Amino acid sequence: MSSQTQNPIMRDIALFAALGVLVLVIFVSQGAVYSVRMLVEAGCYGIIALGLTIQWGYAGLFNVGIMGFIAAGAASSMLMTFPRNPDFWNSGGPELAGLFIVKLIACALALWLANNSNRWGVGPRLRALLITIAIAVSYLVLSFHMTVMSEEIEKASGWMGGLGLPVFFGWIIAGVIAGIIAWFVGKICLGLRSDYLAIATLGIAQIIKHFLKNADWLTNGTLTVSPMPWPVPSPADGEFLFARAAYLSVVAVALLITYLLLQRAYHSPWGRMMRAIRDNEEAAGAMGKNVNRRRLEIFILGCVLMGIGGAMLIHFTSIYDPSGFLDLNHTFLIWVMVILGGSGNNRGAIFGAIFVYIVWVMSEPLAVMLFATIATYGDQWLGWEAPSDFLSRALQMRVFVIGLTITLVLRLAPQGLLPERQARH
Amino acid sequence: MSLLDIKDLHAGYGAMSILKGVNLSLEAGEIGVIVGPNGAGKSTTLKAIFGMLNITEGSIHFDGEDITGIGSEQLASHRISFVPQENNVFPTLSVHENLEMGAYIRRDDFSRVMDHVYEIFPPLKEKRHQPAGELSGGQRQMVAFGRALMIEPKLILLDEPTAGLSPMFMSQIFDRVIAINQTGVTVAMVEQNAKQALAIAHKGFVLAGGQNSYTDTGQNLLNNPDVAKSFLGG
Amino acid sequence: MNDLVFFLNKGITSGLIIGSIYALGAIGLTLIFGILRFAHFAHGDLMTLGAFVTLILAAALAALGVTLPLPLAFVVMFPAMAITAVLAIGLDKMFYKPLRQAGARPVVLVMASVGVTLMLQGVIRLFAGVRSRDMFVEAPKEIYRIPIPGATRKLVVTEPQILLMLFTIVAVIALHFFLTRARLGKAMRAVSDNPDLARITGINTEHVVWATWIIGGSLACAAGTMLSMDVTLKPDLSFNILLPIFAATIVGGIGQPYGAIAGGFLVGFCETLAVFNWSIVLRPFKDELWFDLPSNMSLVPTEYKLMVPFLILIIVLIYRPTGIFKGRVL
Ligand SMILES: Nc1ncnc2c1ncn2[C@@H]1O[C@H](COP(=O)(O)OP(=O)(O)OP(=O)(O)O)[C@@H](O)[C@H]1O
Ligand SMILES: [Mg+2]
Repeated sequence: MSSQTQNPIMRDIALFAALGVLVLVIFVSQGAVYSVRMLVEAGCYGIIALGLTIQWGYAGLFNVGIMGFIAAGAASSMLMTFPRNPDFWNSGGPELAGLFIVKLIACALALWLANNSNRWGVGPRLRALLITIAIAVSYLVLSFHMTVMSEEIEKASGWMGGLGLPVFFGWIIAGVIAGIIAWFVGKICLGLRSDYLAIATLGIAQIIKHFLKNADWLTNGTLTVSPMPWPVPSPADGEFLFARAAYLSVVAVALLITYLLLQRAYHSPWGRMMRAIRDNEEAAGAMGKNVNRRRLEIFILGCVLMGIGGAMLIHFTSIYDPSGFLDLNHTFLIWVMVILGGSGNNRGAIFGAIFVYIVWVMSEPLAVMLFATIATYGDQWLGWEAPSDFLSRALQMRVFVIGLTITLVLRLAPQGLLPERQARH
Repeated sequence: MSLLDIKDLHAGYGAMSILKGVNLSLEAGEIGVIVGPNGAGKSTTLKAIFGMLNITEGSIHFDGEDITGIGSEQLASHRISFVPQENNVFPTLSVHENLEMGAYIRRDDFSRVMDHVYEIFPPLKEKRHQPAGELSGGQRQMVAFGRALMIEPKLILLDEPTAGLSPMFMSQIFDRVIAINQTGVTVAMVEQNAKQALAIAHKGFVLAGGQNSYTDTGQNLLNNPDVAKSFLGG
Repeated sequence: MNDLVFFLNKGITSGLIIGSIYALGAIGLTLIFGILRFAHFAHGDLMTLGAFVTLILAAALAALGVTLPLPLAFVVMFPAMAITAVLAIGLDKMFYKPLRQAGARPVVLVMASVGVTLMLQGVIRLFAGVRSRDMFVEAPKEIYRIPIPGATRKLVVTEPQILLMLFTIVAVIALHFFLTRARLGKAMRAVSDNPDLARITGINTEHVVWATWIIGGSLACAAGTMLSMDVTLKPDLSFNILLPIFAATIVGGIGQPYGAIAGGFLVGFCETLAVFNWSIVLRPFKDELWFDLPSNMSLVPTEYKLMVPFLILIIVLIYRPTGIFKGRVL
C-alpha cells in the first residue's frame, strides 16, 4: 500500500495535527465559549465512540441501538443526581415505588425459577407452561402496579424527582444500568448471527425511548427536566466560559482514562483473544475459547461506556428531554465516527468522534443557509413557493448525507482513516 | 489431445496456498481416480478445477479450451458437473426439483434424461416428492449424482461419492460410475476406498502435500509396492 | 351482540389488515434474508418509498382528471410496484452488489442497508416533508357499513381494506405458484437452500437476485401503499414499521415465505389484541365478574404498541431461534 500506511505513527500525528488546526480555526472564528461547548460534546461522543469501536472493531458486534443506551444512561443519571422532590417523598409514592421494586424482584425470581426448572427434573412441556405462566403473571402484576403507581405519583407530585446524589455517582449508575440492559440483550442475541443483535438493539432503543417519553411519573416524560446538575460549578453559579472549561477538563480526563484502559486491554491476553475470535471464530471456538462469553463481556463493556458517555453529554446540555434522543444523532452519527475514524483503532475512534462532530455541528447552519438561499432564489427567479416546512427539511438533508457516508466508507475505505494496526506478538 | 489437462496447478484459499503443482490429465472416456491422505488437497483440486478458488499458477484446459479461473457458474455450460463432498443436495427441494435444478441451464426437453436417472437410481423414483434433506445419506448421494447427470456432462467430478456408505451401497455406486462411464462420460473421482476405486480406474493419481507423488494407470498403482505401503494401507 | 360487532371491527378486522401488511413486507424481507443472507434494514423505508411512488402517480392522474371505479391509488399501485422493483434492483446494484462481490461479511451488508435506509429517509423527507398525507387524492374512501342482525352497531369495512385482503390472497397464491412451479422460483429456493451448490449447478445467481428484489420491492410497495390507504401516508414510520416486520420474519423462520405470512398475521393480531380495549367486550358480563371493570382494560397501553412485536421477537429468539416454521439458523 501507500507509504502512509507503512508509517502509521506519522499518519496519526498528521491527522491529529490537522484536527488541532481545525479546532484552532474554530476557536478563532467562533469564539471560545462556542468552541469549548463543541469540544465538550465531541469528547462525550468520543467516549461513546470508544464503546462502539470495541464492540464493532474488536468483536464485530453490530449495535444499532446506541441511542437506547445513551438514553438509559442519561435517564438513570438524571434520577440519581437531580434534587429530591419533597412532594413525592411526603406522599404515598415512595411506598408504592418500593413495593414495585419488591414485586419486580419477586417476578424476576419466579421467571428465573421457571426458566431453570429443567434442572429439577421438570419436563420441557411443563417448563414451557411454567415460563408462560410466569411471564403472564409477572406482566399483569407489574403492569397493573405500574398503572396505579404512575397515577398516584402523577397526582401527588407530578413525578418522582431525583435522589440528589453526587454527579459522579450518577454517571457510574448510568454505566451500570446500560450494562444491565446490555447483559439482557447480549445474553439473548450473542449466540445467534450478528443480524439478530442488530435487530434486537434497534428494537430495544426504540422501546427505551418510548418508555422514557411516556413514563411521566418516573422521568417527567416529555415535560423535560432541567437544570441537570454539573459535577463542576455550573454556568448559573458564575462564569460561563470557566464553567464550560471545567466541564471540558472533566470530560477530557474521562476520555483519556478510558482510552488508556482500552489500550491496555487491547494488548492484554484478553484483547488478543478477542481479536482471535473476531478474525476466526471457528478456530477460536475449536480451541475451546468461550466465544459467546467473551462477546458478552465486550458488548457489556461497550454499552457501559455508551451509558456513561451519554450521561455526561446530557448533563452538559443541562436539559434532559427524552424526545431529544434521536437515532440519527445518537446512533448513526456515532457509527460514522467509528467507521470513518477506523474501526478497532481507539485513536481512530477519538479522531473520528471529534472530526465528525465538528463537521456535523458546522453543517447545520450551512444546510439551513443553503436551503434559505434556495427558497429565496426559487421564489424570486422561478416563482416557486417553498413549502412552509422547507427549512426544517434542511435537516433531512443531513440524514441523507449520513447514510451516504456510511455506504461510501464501507465501499471505498472500509479500514477508515486510521486503520487498525494488528499488533504482532 | 486430452479432454482434461491440468498443468502445474497452484491454488489455495485466500492467501493460504494448498496446491503446489498438481498435474493431471484425462482422455475422453476415461475414469481417473485421485487418492491420497486426508488433507492432501484432493477436494481442493476438484474445487480449483471448478473455479471455486483462486489459482495462482498453472493452467486447466478442457476440450482444448482454457478454463483456468473461469467462474463455477460458467462450467455447467461447458458440460462439466461437480458433485461436492458434502452439502451436495438442496435439502428443502424435493428429489424431483433437485434433478430439475441440475438441468437448470437446459432449455430443451430433458424428460428423457430424467427418466434415465430414475432408471439408474430406482429409490429416487419412489421418493421423488420427498425433500432431499429427509433422505438417507446414500440416497442423498444418489440425488447429488443424479443432479450432476442432468446436463449430460462430458466430464463429471465426484468428490468421495461413497463416503459414509455401507459396502453394499459402495459397490452399487462404483457399478453406476462404470455404467455412466460406458455411456461416454469422463469421470474424475476422489476416493478414500482407494483399492476398489483404483481397480476400476484407467488412471490413478496419488496426491500428497498438494502435489502428485505418483501418476500411473490404476492397475500399476495398485501393483506398485511403494504406493501400497504408504497410501493403500499395506 | 353490539359488543361482538365492536370486537369484529376493532379486533379482527384491524388484526387482519395490519397482519396482511406485515405479511407482505415480511415475505420480501425473508426472501432477501434467505437468498442474499442479510437483514435488510431498508425494507421499512422501501415500503414508504413505494407508497410515495403510488401517491405521485395517483396525484398525476387525478390532476389529469382521470376517474376510475376503483380508488386511483389502488390502480396505480401496480405500475408503482414495478417502479419500486426497479428502484430496489438499482439500490442493490449501487450499494449491495459491490460489497457482495468483494466478499464482505454479511454484517457489513446489514450496515450498508442501514446506510441505504437513512438515504431513503433523507430523500423522502427532503422532498415530502414529514407531515401525513392522504392517499385518496380524488375522493374520500368508501366505507361500507354492514348491518348485522340483532345489533344496532354495524360492521364497518372500508374499500381499501377489502382491496387489501383480496390483493394479499391473490399475491400469496401467485407467490406459491411461482415458488413451486416456475423454474426461476425453484431456483430461488435452491439458492436459499445452498448458494454454493446452486452456483455449481449453473443456476444464474444474478437472475435469482433480481427476482428476489422484484418480489421484495413490489410487495414492499404494495404493503406501504395499503398501509397508507388504510390510514394515512406517514413518511416517518421507518423503524416503527421495520421492527414488526422483522419480528414476523423471524417468528416465521428465516427464508420461509409461508412462515413470513403466518408470522405477519401472528404479529398483527397480537398487536391489535394487545391494545384492544377488552372491557367493552366484557361489559355484558359485568355482574358476573369478580372485579370492577375499568373503563380501559387493554393488555398494553397504545403508546407501548411497539413493545408487542419486540417481545415476540425476544421470546422467539430465546426459545426457538429457528422460528415456528423451522427456518435456517444463519
Ligand atoms: N475452506 C477452506 N479454507 C481454508 N482452508 C481449507 C478449506 N478447505 C480445506 N482447507 C485446507 O486445505 C487442505 C486440503 O484440504 P482438502 O479438503 O483438499 O483435503 P482432502 O484431500 O480432500 O481431504 P479429505 O480426504 O479429508 O477430504 C487442508 O489442510 C485444509 O485444512
Ligand atoms: Mg476432501
